[in-house]
Amino acid sequence: MQAKTKHLLKVTQLCNSYEGSPLLQDINFSLESGEILCLLGPSGSGKTTLLRLLAGLENEESGTIFFEDTDISLIPPHKRNFGMMFQEYALFPHKNVAQNVAFGLEMQQHTTGEIERRVQKMLTLVGLKGFDDRKIDELSGGEKQRVALARSLAPEPQLLLLDEPLGSLDKTLRDRLALEIRTILKSFQVTSIFVTHDQSEAFSVADKVAILHDGILQQFDTPENIYRYPTNSSVASFLGFRNLLRGKVDSNSIFHCKSFRLHLGNTPSISSTDATLLIRPEGATLKNPPSAGSNRSSITGKITKRQFQGSTYKITLISDGENLVFELPLDPPVPNTGCLIHLTLSPSSLVLLAR
Amino acid sequence: MKSTRAKAGIASLLILLSFSTAAWAEKILTVMTHDSFNVSKSVIETFEKNNGATVRFMKSGDAGAALVQAILSKKNPLADVFFGVDNTFLSRALQADIFVPYNSPLLAKIPVRLQLDKTNRLLPVDYGDVCLNYDKKWFANHKISPPADLADLIKPEYMGLTVVENPATSSPGMAFLLATIGRFGEDGYIEYWKQLRKNKVIIAGGWEDAYFGHFTAASKGDRPVVVSYASSPPAVVHYSEKPLTKAPTAALVSSNSAFRQIEFAGILKGTKERKLAEKFIDFMLDIQFQEDIPLQMFVFPANTEARLPEIFIKFATVADKPAMVSPKSIETNRDKWIEAWTTAVLR
Amino acid sequence: MKSTGYSGKWLLLALPLLYLTLFYFYPLIKICLISFFPNGTWEPEKLHSLFSTSIYLKIIWFTTWQALLSTLLTLIFALPGAYIFARYNFFGKNLLQAVMTIPFVLPTVVTAAAFRALLGNNGLLNSWLVTAFDLAAPPIRIDQTFYFFVLAHIFYNYTLVLRIVGNFWAGLDPHLKSAATMLGASPTKTFFRITLPLLLPAIGSATLLIFIFCFTSFGVILILGGPGNSTIEVEIYRQAVQLFNLPMAATLSLIQICINFFLMWLHARLGKNSTIGFFGDSAQETATRTKTTLQKTIVAINLLFMILLLLSPLLALVIRSFSGKNGPTFAYYLALFTTQTRSVFSVPPISAVINSVGFGIGAMIISVGLGLLASTYLASKKGRHTTMWDAIIMLPLATSAVTLGFGYIITLNTPPLNLRDSLALVPIAHSLVAFPFVVRCILPSLRQIPDNLREAALLLGAPPLKIWQKVDIPIIKKAVATGGVFAFSISMGEFGASTFVTRPHTATIPVAIFRFLGQPGDLNYGQAMAMSTILMLVTSTAFWLIGRLDTPRPEKDIV
Repeated sequence: MQAKTKHLLKVTQLCNSYEGSPLLQDINFSLESGEILCLLGPSGSGKTTLLRLLAGLENEESGTIFFEDTDISLIPPHKRNFGMMFQEYALFPHKNVAQNVAFGLEMQQHTTGEIERRVQKMLTLVGLKGFDDRKIDELSGGEKQRVALARSLAPEPQLLLLDEPLGSLDKTLRDRLALEIRTILKSFQVTSIFVTHDQSEAFSVADKVAILHDGILQQFDTPENIYRYPTNSSVASFLGFRNLLRGKVDSNSIFHCKSFRLHLGNTPSISSTDATLLIRPEGATLKNPPSAGSNRSSITGKITKRQFQGSTYKITLISDGENLVFELPLDPPVPNTGCLIHLTLSPSSLVLLAR
Repeated sequence: MKSTRAKAGIASLLILLSFSTAAWAEKILTVMTHDSFNVSKSVIETFEKNNGATVRFMKSGDAGAALVQAILSKKNPLADVFFGVDNTFLSRALQADIFVPYNSPLLAKIPVRLQLDKTNRLLPVDYGDVCLNYDKKWFANHKISPPADLADLIKPEYMGLTVVENPATSSPGMAFLLATIGRFGEDGYIEYWKQLRKNKVIIAGGWEDAYFGHFTAASKGDRPVVVSYASSPPAVVHYSEKPLTKAPTAALVSSNSAFRQIEFAGILKGTKERKLAEKFIDFMLDIQFQEDIPLQMFVFPANTEARLPEIFIKFATVADKPAMVSPKSIETNRDKWIEAWTTAVLR
Repeated sequence: MKSTGYSGKWLLLALPLLYLTLFYFYPLIKICLISFFPNGTWEPEKLHSLFSTSIYLKIIWFTTWQALLSTLLTLIFALPGAYIFARYNFFGKNLLQAVMTIPFVLPTVVTAAAFRALLGNNGLLNSWLVTAFDLAAPPIRIDQTFYFFVLAHIFYNYTLVLRIVGNFWAGLDPHLKSAATMLGASPTKTFFRITLPLLLPAIGSATLLIFIFCFTSFGVILILGGPGNSTIEVEIYRQAVQLFNLPMAATLSLIQICINFFLMWLHARLGKNSTIGFFGDSAQETATRTKTTLQKTIVAINLLFMILLLLSPLLALVIRSFSGKNGPTFAYYLALFTTQTRSVFSVPPISAVINSVGFGIGAMIISVGLGLLASTYLASKKGRHTTMWDAIIMLPLATSAVTLGFGYIITLNTPPLNLRDSLALVPIAHSLVAFPFVVRCILPSLRQIPDNLREAALLLGAPPLKIWQKVDIPIIKKAVATGGVFAFSISMGEFGASTFVTRPHTATIPVAIFRFLGQPGDLNYGQAMAMSTILMLVTSTAFWLIGRLDTPRPEKDIV
């Protein structure tokens, strides 16, 4: 007797290519019921392809997609009961708002009364009560996005796929709607996969984040863990970290790069001596004068840029030819540009990455 | 801003239009005619040189359409001379009163029997016999004797062998209908056509379609007998891909089996070049133009002094006794005859 | 402020209307007046037979239902073709599309010859069947029947659906289809509930054009259908030319115009109500290579059909132009280029080609210009009475060539419109028919563009270069190219009224073909076929070049 796995969705060794060049290589992950997964990656990383493979709109070359422990590769997309929300919404231009939302319900052959009831419920939920008869080309971008969400949720899909649903909106609207989407998805308890190239969007919406780069799944974890422990330099640089140094680690857990000697607080988990060190911008403190002999790492450099950000100063240092960025508290006061300063780095701000 | 641009557009359109009215230094003679008209360049050049004039031709559709246009524009004539009224339309043209009489001295050289208009408003230029043509090789291969008379076509052995043109849409078709009327009389022609219909005649829309679409000697068709002209066999030889010594087709011109189409020219009322127009009519009736006719239009010259080209002497035949129907009778009865024909043959 | 915007819109329509008034309404009204009141009095007795017999009712009925059937069959056969052209890339696609447009320019006599060569009683197929199955008589006997000309109508009009619907289809947002699929719609449901409704404006345009063409069909019916099948257009010719009953001809012309006007008005009304803006810059449906066996089969079946119905008759013509009495020959081409008859009317083939292409380009420029102006007005929501104007613009297409030709003769003969012998008359007459065509090609795409975007590209008031940059929205560019292709081919094929305005001294290719077909002799026929082959070559080259112009820029990354 084999215990039933608890995964709702399980992807194993998925590969795909377009005209000879690989788009996705050996993708493996699984997702639990009710979770929101964000596929994060730069454009061209293969995230939309992965989404379309899951939807069944494209066929995988090799590998398997299990949904509730069933291989779904032979089930045509319209029978999978997955929902999908498209980047530019793909709302049917010849139908009004209510007809758009009702389409999926009609396909499920509900009664007219039931359809009407659920359309109203969905429109209320997304805050578009009374928009029933509006034409699609009369809607604003945000309204279209809500209609698209309502339409994809109405048939109560087992899995909802969202392809950059906020991509074509402006930044402020995007931040607001990202949270709103999460609230709605959670209230529906619908398992979702959300594609985006914007990490703040991903972090605010997702339970799990999968980072794709060059068709390879780089990291799959919770947003917190991904932010704290990016597995490699490409993930780190994609997350926006600037302070990445390439060097060697010695047996005393000291990282060497140019003239830097940085003590890693914990024993490095990486066996190779070649490594990349990430210095988090927020873990540094200003000290004056430098106290010698401390096993704490410190860095000395000249301020080239100093930016007041309200709660912190964002400064750029040049130290041994490397430009490093830090966020310093307002107290003690930060000297002006051109001054030489010394920074102490907390062990937790130093993260060793694989190359 | 917008309106000026639009006005500029309209203005430039009008400039484009006014190009048409550019003045000419030389005298111009405009000849209105039908699409089948043809003449050698050198012949026209002779006239132009001798008279210091330019001749321009206006082709205006088939013979019927060209005449209708001449009649419609009689208040403001489009041309000085009209060529191409045939005896089936003669009466209509004279009734419309669009031509002025001209007693050309050259009429003396033209047989009186061709001069159907005694007022000399329309002068005969050429004639051709509309008759049956047959594919000699086909009849030889099938060991059937070719038709010798119109009446042969309704015999059982000629079942499914004939293609004719619709008299309602084709001028040789009309001429052939007239041949049958001339031959069998107003009382008998419908019965003949009913028999033809029983014998599975094909009615083609026009000559091109009948000849190049159905006639075995000229197409992939299955009809070895076609209504064409007595001068078609020399044309076949003249326009052969490989030189021929014998004509592959023959014309049936036995007595009362053909209809003679005579083509006339006339000076249009209201011409501003009356003298030049008269000179052109004379020129058309004179030897040089008349001798050019056979190989350009494949019909016979009206002027008896014109020598025929060798190919005509060898291969062309002339009906000595074509079926006769008077132009007046044609014009009064055309509607009725075509209607009766349509009912008998098509409905 | 409002009033300026309004009058600005009016200007868009002003030029096309002026054009129609001068070259359509003026001649048409004058010929009707002259027909009805030849001596200033009304002569009703000539119309007597219209009411006394049922013949005309029968003719009207036959005209209508053969047009309906031809249109319907063309749509059924051509829509799958439009689909594969919109969705798939395959070898030689551009060239094939160019070749498929050739039938549109072929003179009727030539088309008839091509069809007989294939399907006639002694045609290729019949002789093959007779030999293969040892039959006594040819099994296919469709010559001179209804089926033959319906087949020819499909042959002529296939390309209309292929281009108008195909291009529109290619412009649909592919995500709409995916969205329907993801909402649980099967492929069939997706087609009928989403794709088809969205294609309707383009299908409507193509349907209307095909219907009008079949309704006013003249040569095809006359030659292939046999004399028992008579349309209104044939009857108009018969009444006007053979029977000289001009009142009857004018009446029939007006009946023809009225029936078509009603249909065009209906179409315009429906089209207006379904105005939808769904244009997106990234919404180009990208054609893909065929992947699955099913896709390959669909494409293969369609291509096979096109080759059988459309390419084989064309090929038969080409072969005919090279076959002499004793096998293959260049004799006809040689004759064409060397032994010119001494006729004053003969033109070297090169000149005929230059004349044809010149007139074609002229007609194309006029009709695309007018078409853009008129469609911009019609697509605008601010335009007034657009339904009526839409239908009025289409009228020249539905008007008897004979009637209009006679109208030209009596109107365009006095200054400032003394055009009857002007070079400009030919492209003007051609563009009269081509301009409504262009409108039908552009309008569906233009309506896809939301009003605000269209406003930005408002065609009047921007300098010409700017206009083109603004119109450089891929969808419109494609539609304009399609309209241009048809305008050019209408002119190349010498449609309608042009038979009355050909100038003998500037003979075009079709005129040259008819000249050869006017006299017996295999050299004449061979030269006509050779000239037809040249016509096909010239037009397909032109279409191919236009096709290259509107080939989409490097594929956008939709992944």
